[in-house]
Amino acid sequence: MLKRETWQAWALILPAVILLVAFTHWPAITTVLDSLYTTPKGSRPPRFVGLDNYAALWDDPVFWTALRNNAVYAFATIPASVVLALLMALAVNTALPGRPLVRMAYFTPTMLPMIAVANIWLFFFTPDYGLFDRILAVFGGGRHNWLGDAATALPSMIAVAVWKEAGFFMIFYLAALQAMPPDLQEASNLEGASRWYFFRRVTLPLLMPTTLFVLVNAVINAFRLVDHVVVMTHGGPNNATTLLLYYIYEMGFRFWDTAMAATLTVVLLALLGTLAWLQFGVLGKRVHYR
Amino acid sequence: MNGAEVRLTGVTRSWGATQALAGVSLHVKAGTFCVLLGPSGCGKTTCLRIVAGLDQATAGVVEIGGRDVTGLPPAARGVAMVFQSYALFPHLTVAENIVFGLKARSVPSGERARRLDRAVEILGIGHLLGRRPGQLSGGQQQRVALGRAIVAEASVCLMDEPLSNLDAQLRAEMRREILALQRRLGMTMLYVTHDQTEAMGMADQVVLLRDGRIEQDAPPAEMYAAPATSFVASFIGTPPMNLLPVEGGVVRGTAIAVPLGAGLLGLRPEALRIADSGLPATVINAEYLGADTVVACSVGAGRVLARLPGKIDLAEGAAIHLAYETQAVHFFDAANGRAVANPAA
Repeated sequence: MLKRETWQAWALILPAVILLVAFTHWPAITTVLDSLYTTPKGSRPPRFVGLDNYAALWDDPVFWTALRNNAVYAFATIPASVVLALLMALAVNTALPGRPLVRMAYFTPTMLPMIAVANIWLFFFTPDYGLFDRILAVFGGGRHNWLGDAATALPSMIAVAVWKEAGFFMIFYLAALQAMPPDLQEASNLEGASRWYFFRRVTLPLLMPTTLFVLVNAVINAFRLVDHVVVMTHGGPNNATTLLLYYIYEMGFRFWDTAMAATLTVVLLALLGTLAWLQFGVLGKRVHYR
Repeated sequence: MNGAEVRLTGVTRSWGATQALAGVSLHVKAGTFCVLLGPSGCGKTTCLRIVAGLDQATAGVVEIGGRDVTGLPPAARGVAMVFQSYALFPHLTVAENIVFGLKARSVPSGERARRLDRAVEILGIGHLLGRRPGQLSGGQQQRVALGRAIVAEASVCLMDEPLSNLDAQLRAEMRREILALQRRLGMTMLYVTHDQTEAMGMADQVVLLRDGRIEQDAPPAEMYAAPATSFVASFIGTPPMNLLPVEGGVVRGTAIAVPLGAGLLGLRPEALRIADSGLPATVINAEYLGADTVVACSVGAGRVLARLPGKIDLAEGAAIHLAYETQAVHFFDAANGRAVANPAA
């Protein structure tokens, strides 16, 4: 016989459990299972093939391109957006006329939907009459096909992502900076510490919990944020902007190879899981929580 | 380390229309323990922050050790400060907190270790060096904050209500410790508090502030014996001085005559005693405190507290007579509250 309290407890968490199971856990398990079978076709039911799909992925050059692109994308967007976020937060944390306006301006990219953002940037990157080419023309630069050139397409995607993310992370840094007691700065001033010394020895360590949180989010976003690829380049030219999640989308919903899409998804999940574990394991120890 | 004198001349601080300090002039001799006393909002903390350089005076001059420091940044003034919140860095250990400023100023490590050892020995916090502030009690945090001030070897030490976060027992202990520390190190101390017992017990010089102005600047004994204004009289002493309103040359509701011009008659509670004749009074209540009893009585139209030694049982409504020496009476001007000479004293 269950106690009344136990029943009530279960009843209270039931809605959350149903949603989690239906939309997270169950799909995750079926994805793992699907990756071990062939793609079902109208005339052919799925057949168990073990790790054959993984072997096929290993031999797929586009997968390796997507993985490499994603690594470059992550290594560029994560530090750039985090450092930029910190710098912006430090800038708007000082007493400055029109500070609320500046803060709002920094946060605007976060509020805009990525699809709309991508369309705006599509204009910026347009050859000849786009914003960047117009500016370059003033300095004597020629026309440039930013998104059509394999050398500049991925950096362009990175620029959009950094622009989109930095404002969001800034909010967290700003909140942490505002929570820091001002007398720490005053004590430090009295002790003769320079601004840089205070920043390095006090501000930065005290921001570590925020940095860890922001980093985890930045890593996830580096693999999750592909909306602008869909709008701007469709992974081109010649897969130069194909990222893992975009490749999964193509595999699953354009080529309808659901088994390979499931296999890619499992690989992506394993990758993200490992990264999160590393972050909490390595950085977590060095974070001082108040 | 030797103390340096601190001199403020006409220091004013205003924020828009509100004036926190209105022309404060003050001289603290080298090696003196000076307490800035006053109710909250009187400008005492602002005054301290201006000496520290954390706040800028709107007008006036601040001198430390004969040097004009009005425009200098805090670090260049040669002052150490203990904050009300202690302002310890939560992620650093006790040892790192104490030598933070020495590291910032690139003091060589041998010298740093020497100063740390000395501070640790003075404060008896050797067993805490590896801990973080979050793992310390309030009193221990207070000691670490003191340690930071000691290793700076500054000639002037500023303290902003350093004991307000401690319980009563610890407060009394730290009071003695801070005083002993100041005497031992010989630094000039500027100490802000709203607690007059701290001022009476520690200070060589008490500066009582009210609404951004100095009410009285005197040694504690003088401030107690000869309050310059009725405000000072009502601020110093536990309980503070009784002030009875005067009307038509006599204390309202009694036959006690007062000198011309006096608007208030002041009597210390401890100057009163029960006698067969004297001021007729009716007991309101009696509060027994151990060493003495504080009796509240109505006298004429006013109310008087008497501090009587030992345990005294008095029923509510009992009629008694309170006697006092005529030279123990204080008189204050009706208009400006300034002390008026007592003809009997």
